[in-house]
Amino acid sequence: MNDRPERPNRPALSLHVPEPGARPGDPVDFSHIAIPAAGSVRRPDPHAPASETHALVATLVRVLDEEGRAVGPWDPKLDADTLRRILRDMMLVRVYDDRMYRAQRQGKTSFYMKSTGEEAVAVAATHALDRDDMTFPTYRQQGILIARDYPLVTMMCQVYSNKGDPLKGRQLPIMYASKAHGFFTISGNLATQYPQAVGWAMGSAIAGDSRIASAYIGDGSTAEGDFHAACTFAGVYRAPVILNVVNNQWAISTFSGIAGGELTTFAARAVGYGIAGLRVDGNDALAVYAATRWAADRARANLGPTLIELFTYRVEGHSTSDDPSVYRPQNAGAAWPLGDPVERLKRHLVALGEWDEARHQAQHEALDAEVRAAQKEAERQGTLQSDPYQDIPSMFEEVFAELPWHLKEQQAQALAEAEAKRA
Amino acid sequence: MSVMNMIQALNSAHKVMFERDPTTVVLGEDVGYFGGVFRVTEGLQRDYGKQRCFDAPISENGIVAVAVGMAAYGLKPIAEIQFADYIYPGFDQIVSEAARMRYRSAGDWSLPMVIRSPYGGGIFGGQTHSQSPEALFAHIAGIKTVIPSNPYDAKGLLIAAIEDPDPVVFFEPKRIYNGPFDGYYERPVTPWAKHPAAEVPDGHYTVPLGKAAVAREGEEVTILAYGTMVHVALATAEANGIDAEVIDLRSIVPVDIEAIETSVRKTGRCVVFHEATRTAGFGAELAALVQERCFYHLEAPVARVTGWDTPYPHSMEWAYFPGPVRLGLALKKTLED
Ligand SMILES: Cc1ncc(C[n+]2csc(CCOP(=O)(O)OP(=O)(O)O)c2C)c(N)n1
Ligand SMILES: [Mg+2]
Repeated sequence: MNDRPERPNRPALSLHVPEPGARPGDPVDFSHIAIPAAGSVRRPDPHAPASETHALVATLVRVLDEEGRAVGPWDPKLDADTLRRILRDMMLVRVYDDRMYRAQRQGKTSFYMKSTGEEAVAVAATHALDRDDMTFPTYRQQGILIARDYPLVTMMCQVYSNKGDPLKGRQLPIMYASKAHGFFTISGNLATQYPQAVGWAMGSAIAGDSRIASAYIGDGSTAEGDFHAACTFAGVYRAPVILNVVNNQWAISTFSGIAGGELTTFAARAVGYGIAGLRVDGNDALAVYAATRWAADRARANLGPTLIELFTYRVEGHSTSDDPSVYRPQNAGAAWPLGDPVERLKRHLVALGEWDEARHQAQHEALDAEVRAAQKEAERQGTLQSDPYQDIPSMFEEVFAELPWHLKEQQAQALAEAEAKRA
Repeated sequence: MSVMNMIQALNSAHKVMFERDPTTVVLGEDVGYFGGVFRVTEGLQRDYGKQRCFDAPISENGIVAVAVGMAAYGLKPIAEIQFADYIYPGFDQIVSEAARMRYRSAGDWSLPMVIRSPYGGGIFGGQTHSQSPEALFAHIAGIKTVIPSNPYDAKGLLIAAIEDPDPVVFFEPKRIYNGPFDGYYERPVTPWAKHPAAEVPDGHYTVPLGKAAVAREGEEVTILAYGTMVHVALATAEANGIDAEVIDLRSIVPVDIEAIETSVRKTGRCVVFHEATRTAGFGAELAALVQERCFYHLEAPVARVTGWDTPYPHSMEWAYFPGPVRLGLALKKTLED
């Protein structure tokens, strides 16, 4: 600093630090968000060169219009049963989130994260995959497990870290894992699983398999180097993988501009890697389904990866440890112009004559009862507060396939310590 | 003087340095408008502007790397890594770059930078919000590693770290941000306000790097500790009626060898105590130093009390955490030997 040269004829530089449009106390303003009409974006052939998608990375694939009609070339033309199943799963995710959030508030567990407003990006995408495709989710895609019929009680037991927790109380609540459900074990370290998904997909290709992988990352986490590694490897080896970026526009208190969202879209990252890229209305379950199916078909045809930006909004706080009203205007989520994924799909089904208000209400009540019953059953196996998973020898198992001498010694020491505590 | 908890003391250190030294800047995830997930940088952006304190993209690699570059330019960056468990993407920049810049350029460049990070367990944070990776940094030539145990030290050590001409990794035991947690997890924690070390000068002062403090004088056995474990050691000695001398190392690199030698020569017994996993933990280094330098004064083998060699489990946090029972058993054995 001291050796800074004097150059009075040159302007002084200054650092640009992006800032969101509105802070607490400011009016919520989404007028800068460009929303192309539903059905207005063309649909390239899934077998087309990646470059044909590159004109689409700044627009938004949308299927459901304001009246709830499915319009345009991306309409996946799903039958009514599939539509109702997607609606039901999204509703179940929301009811489940509400119950578990409340359980955390009641002190029954340490932590919880909701996915409110982002149900479609997990649920609709999962229904567009095969049941045995492998997903690499973040902590906000509980909808994948629900779409794949993972037992609610077991999910809750994981959240409670109780006797029924299949992960033996080891993981933070919501960090589920189930190979049988094609749900990769969630890491607390952001972005790490993104390139792992690429590796899984490369493995599938090396083995001559036909399964593909689907990876998730948040807008904020695309800043990690792992994102770059994933896109590079996926592109180079044409890995059969779908690279989802869930752009909910926030990373805890930090808006997406700090992740580079002020300069370009996240879908546009695909251009630089030479891979296919799509930008999708993440609150439009049909658009999410259609884009995922497009990318899956492409991957299965051995044509490589697609990066899909799912444009959505984090309606609630980051987690139970967060209060968003201290860094963004209150009720910002309610003003999100792309609406609510559950409401939009419901409206579509109603417009088709395949659903109505009474059935919707009845379904909500039935799901609520199902979740409450599951909660009762889960709590019979304890909560973190009342009766957590406490099998001390198990703490040392699965560090390695076999216990080396030092872990055996420590295991014995831990048991002696537990004995001494009881005394 | 004001009464401060550890968060307030760390915040005060930042403000004192922002006032005194216009080359200090803060960057990290959520540190700007929000003031950090633990509120340590609260008010810095509001009072000093976005050029001095700003949010970083979620890239610990990038955060450390640009801090290196800013320091090379001549600033004094203070980088926050949101949790120590997330420092690993920045590890290469710390190990291969920050640590060696002075050496490889024969002093042409030096890097006055601090990497701060909340660390340690005891908050039901599971395996990715609980780790104590200090030994990884102690093992690197060219990095100083500091771990405060109370508000007074936290402020003085952070100012010393910011003013130090070399890179410093500064781990803040988050379990004691709000009070001196002593390992008795079933009892409520007393807030810092009741503790003498919560009396913190409002202005500038330093606590020198590389100097330990005697947290409790005693004759029977020396306990070498730092961070949260200092409070666990004090409470355990009290509960068991053991006249232990508790040394709060405060810095592990450089470590205060004089304080260690003086104490162990006096007591003739030594228990090394940390929360981190045992194998190749910093306790191994301490045990080796004591053995090399105090061998003929030792009346019992040097004991290590540590976390287990497993990831930090969520529901069995207290079975993992090296609390008063584990330490008490080791102390009794060391006294009997
Ligand atoms: C490597 C790493 N750095 C930091 C964190 C702390 N952290 C947890 S979630 C989060 C924000 C992530 O935002 P985004 O990727 O947009 O996902 P979202 O929460 O919006 O779904 C941060 C910084 C972490 N878990 N891992
Ligand atoms: Mg986000």
